Amino acid sequence: MKQPIEMYINGEARSVTVDPYRSLLDTLRGEVGLTGTKKGCDVGDCGACTVIVDGRPLNACLMLAVEAGGCRVETVEGLQASPDQLHVLQDAFMRHGAAQCGFCTPGILMMAKSLLENNANPSDDEIRFGLSGNICRCTGYTKIFDAIRSAARQLQETPA
Amino acid sequence: MRRFEYHEPASLAEASELLLCLGEGAFVFAGGTDLLVEIRERLRRVHHIVNIKRIPGLDELMISAEGGIWFGALVTAGRIERSSEIARLYPNLHDAVRNLGSIQVRNRATVVGNICRASPSADTIPPLVADSAEIEIFGPGGTRRTALAEFFTGPGRTTLSRGEIATGIRVPPPAEGSGRVYLKHGRRKAMELATVGVAVSLNRSRGTCSDISIALGAVGPTVLRAPKAEAMLRGAVLSPEMISAAANQAMAECTPISNVRSSADYRRAMVGVLTRRAVTRALEATA
Ligand code: FES
Ligand code: FES
Repeated sequence: MKQPIEMYINGEARSVTVDPYRSLLDTLRGEVGLTGTKKGCDVGDCGACTVIVDGRPLNACLMLAVEAGGCRVETVEGLQASPDQLHVLQDAFMRHGAAQCGFCTPGILMMAKSLLENNANPSDDEIRFGLSGNICRCTGYTKIFDAIRSAARQLQETPA
Repeated sequence: MRRFEYHEPASLAEASELLLCLGEGAFVFAGGTDLLVEIRERLRRVHHIVNIKRIPGLDELMISAEGGIWFGALVTAGRIERSSEIARLYPNLHDAVRNLGSIQVRNRATVVGNICRASPSADTIPPLVADSAEIEIFGPGGTRRTALAEFFTGPGRTTLSRGEIATGIRVPPPAEGSGRVYLKHGRRKAMELATVGVAVSLNRSRGTCSDISIALGAVGPTVLRAPKAEAMLRGAVLSPEMISAAANQAMAECTPISNVRSSADYRRAMVGVLTRRAVTRALEATA
């Protein structure tokens, strides 16, 4: 039986009606219409679907939408303060060429945001540890780590 | 995803009754990181999901040097990982949860769920078995407690019967002069299942090893103790030679299989290496 739920997605209240077996990921991409969050594996292995729920990063493919009722959900669409203003991380990813096909990028951006919120100046090991649940098939990670380090520096100088 | 009916009981009694009436195809849902994958990969026929997240009290986490640990069925691996008290008093458990899946998975996966899945390679089980943890179970007949070491009956199998729900884990307080270590061996550092996991908890008093337990993961149908190896070290003043001899004994006591992750011979060899290292480090930790 379908259930009505209300979520606070990127600061906006959104009401949807979903089947209980619908994942948060499918609901965000389908019913809500936010397709920035990607589906790589649908079983919690790749991290492409990473979103932040009530302040914690998690795999949207491994959460039921009905469980997210009343929760604050942050997706990649919420990173930008306004349409013409990129988030420091997005800007750094562009400058460093940290995306190739870009499929992993939304998940990595959200994971990196969470990482920097908890640790403003992470070491290389801490970045690796923080991103170990995000698989990138293209870049070899070097540029991604460069971008995150550079965003961390920038955020410390001029906090967003 | 395959369809299922969804239930949100408000109490343990209601959850247990639901599981009893709904029968075979009904499963307890807490973190969901295993169950949802099993549904998608069609490893389990799930008709009903009984979400226990609305049941009050199951998300409790208590930790102190005097009282040990109590954590309820809804406590995630991430919460255990972030507890600085657990990192200090139970570094073995801290290391085990830190190596489980990714940060995203740990924010959802519960430790009790990891235990109930009863995988021989589950990282959380060896340190808890080595520390003589107990599991608390609610069921139609009331609440029962059992030693975690006796909870498993085979790969994926436990003593839980229909209508029973594991509600939490109790770990005794760490004794004065005790040391505890969990070492995991895998092919990569993250997102990995243990090829072998070894947990050692020991107490030292007046220079001798007054008590020790060695728990071996991924080298038998359930997490195993190595009682003969333990007996060689219990009551002794530990020397490197004795530790090596006990590690060889642990190799003889385990019963590994060969699978895609490793051969039986390699697993057995790693039990030797890791047991020697874990005993040595646990001993150093008592100093
Ligand atoms: S799509 Fe969720 S982790 Fe891969
Ligand atoms: S840029 Fe292609 S997967 Fe990361």
